[in-house]
Amino acid sequence: MKGYKIIVLAKQVPDTRNVGKDAMKADGTVNRAALPAIFNPEDLNALEQALRIKDKFLGTTITVLTMGPGRAAEIIREGLFRGADDGILLTDRAFAGSDTLATSYAIAQTLKKYGNYDIIIAGRQAIDGDTAQVGPQVAEKLGIPQITYAEEIQSIENGKVTVKRRLERGVEVVKCPMPLVITVNGSAPDCRARNAKLIMKYKHAKTVTELQVANDDYIQLYNDRPYLNIKEWTVRDIEVDMNELGLNGSPTKVKKVDNVVLQSKGAKVITSSDEDINQLMSELIENHTIG
Amino acid sequence: MANFYTDNKDLKFHLTHPLMEKIVRLKERNFEEKKNFDFAPMDYEDAQDSFDKVLEVVGEICGDIVSPNAESIDAEGPQVVDNHVIYARGTEENIYALRKAGLMGMSLPRRFNGLNFPIVPYIMAADIVSRADAGFVNIWGLQDCAETINEFATEEQKEKYLPRVSAGETMAMDLTEPDAGSDLQAVQLKASWDEKKNTWMLNGVKRFITNGDGDIALVLARSEAGTKDGRGLSMFIYDKRQGGVTVRRIEHKMGIIGSPTCELVFKDAPGELVGDRKLGLIKDVMALMNGARLGIHAQSVGISESAYREALTYAKERVQFGKAIIRFPAVYEMITTMKAKLDASRTLLYETARFVDMYKTYMHISDERPLEKDERDEMKKYQKLADIFTPLGKGLASEFCNQLAYDAVQIHGGSGFMKDYPVERIYRDARITSIYEGTTQLQVVAAIRGVTTGGYLAQIRDYEAQKITPELEFMRRTLIILTDDYEQAVKK
Repeated sequence: MKGYKIIVLAKQVPDTRNVGKDAMKADGTVNRAALPAIFNPEDLNALEQALRIKDKFLGTTITVLTMGPGRAAEIIREGLFRGADDGILLTDRAFAGSDTLATSYAIAQTLKKYGNYDIIIAGRQAIDGDTAQVGPQVAEKLGIPQITYAEEIQSIENGKVTVKRRLERGVEVVKCPMPLVITVNGSAPDCRARNAKLIMKYKHAKTVTELQVANDDYIQLYNDRPYLNIKEWTVRDIEVDMNELGLNGSPTKVKKVDNVVLQSKGAKVITSSDEDINQLMSELIENHTIG
Repeated sequence: MANFYTDNKDLKFHLTHPLMEKIVRLKERNFEEKKNFDFAPMDYEDAQDSFDKVLEVVGEICGDIVSPNAESIDAEGPQVVDNHVIYARGTEENIYALRKAGLMGMSLPRRFNGLNFPIVPYIMAADIVSRADAGFVNIWGLQDCAETINEFATEEQKEKYLPRVSAGETMAMDLTEPDAGSDLQAVQLKASWDEKKNTWMLNGVKRFITNGDGDIALVLARSEAGTKDGRGLSMFIYDKRQGGVTVRRIEHKMGIIGSPTCELVFKDAPGELVGDRKLGLIKDVMALMNGARLGIHAQSVGISESAYREALTYAKERVQFGKAIIRFPAVYEMITTMKAKLDASRTLLYETARFVDMYKTYMHISDERPLEKDERDEMKKYQKLADIFTPLGKGLASEFCNQLAYDAVQIHGGSGFMKDYPVERIYRDARITSIYEGTTQLQVVAAIRGVTTGGYLAQIRDYEAQKITPELEFMRRTLIILTDDYEQAVKK
């Protein structure tokens, strides 16, 4: 068994789960500087699914692909610390302002260039945009099948992957031939912690740009240990139509951003009396929450 | 999203003590292994950076997994099914997480897949795990039995067992028997040589064995038929894969419930002699015990940390008579005394760990080459200090830990007596620390020689002479006054 080639799509996102007062700017946009940058949580669920395949099938390799600014290399190191084998940082000013369409275009073009994959796994959605579109769009652009809302990759046999999907009203088990794209739900198992030996092995891993700015005492290491060089790709490394990238390639336009503050006055007290419960039931049926 | 390492600045302070550079240099033999191991450090700064990053993972796992599991493990406990131990579900989760993170075999050499960490960062991990769950640390922390294998076993045995420990197999040390508790000379479990099978066979009963169903156990047994004292005892490795040991029952304990305390029956269980025959008690057990005492010291510090934090949080939140109770002198005095005891225990812990690191590292080096005279002298100096400080620290910290747990419950008032708050569990968990691995009374016996013959005094006088910043001069004066009192007290 030679194992599988897996690509994990990951995104560095502002940690919107711990939002403080200064999380939004006055103009209603996200104040990225005030929020710590983290590995998108569902992408970590995706990475864990990939690592479980690697645990099971010897010879499996995992490549973490991320698109973002230079500091997104941190995501790749995080992946290496958990068991990924290498990573690609796709970074270029030309990508700035990309919506999901332009992003998936850039990622798909990168994957066409990189080739060599059996399974592409991504988180269902990122916590900054919550669109859940990039994974499926990548699959469409590559012309390969996709399985969304995956909770567990149960088996791989005879070139087919069996996946349990978590849907609103239950679970569904589907089978699909490789290559394919799988997007993973947050209900899937949490990602394992960073591994002590891998941290020590990969902590010096850097992209070319990082190497240029770092005053690094261990510069010789990067020749001796090729795995410490994180691939950094720009538009020049992939074949793209510049009109489909960044703001130009993004039909999504933000019209307005509202700062929504939930207030307790929107709350309604319902007692356990038959009357209140009947009233609540009919309201829920009326607005199709149930029934 | 809690991190039990990064939220406690005291840890980093102890980790970067000036003596650490020497310890790391010796332990890393001048950073030779970077040629052969991709995770070995380049230099001292690189090693420190690795300790920091790895401890951050320990802190994360403890904050996110081990600590949240503590309550359910305490309620569920382990069970015996078909003569073997089944851990509580949370215990399994903890072990899985730590194993995947490569946090087993932390202090073992790299050639046995260990991390080659000095004792200080390893003990720091134990401190952090203990704060998260004092019962669980017994299972995870028994990896330091591997140190005894590393010290006394043959190369072949090391190659056979140590990589298994690094891979996450758990250990046990099978010493106590129904009639041999503090007095281990009375051990009766029989080891007899079987000519046909060409192996030692172990027969008898062990009692109160922590994690008794662990994968690899060190067993103290009577190899010399007809003897009655410690000189007839030898140490053996029992490998669970061989079979022959069954768990008769698990004790129902007051605290550290997640850690299974087993009664074991050995019936023709094969054992491999480790170290010299007849020196089982005199050499191996003493080494085991010293390591284990440092471990219980760390456990006491971790429990103290959690007791202190629970008390502080509660005292800030609980409002009575119109203000938070921490604003009442009676309460904040208790809290500050708790903090002082916690800091004292922790300072003593890392001071002792450094002494042990220094002499053990020299000892391992002396297996590779003869030591220079100044190295030999230094080894002796630190060995002596470790011998004094190990029982002293364990005794003091375990008593303090009980006092802190008591005070933490007291600060919670009636609520602390209920199972609704973690202090109730912490209080029960703390109680064993001053009993096992030698009661406080036995620690006094072990430490008394160093106390009465001047070894301890010389060390305090040495602290007195240290350079310190002017703002801390007042502490030097306090130290001198206290030391003078101490000197008077122990004078013949």
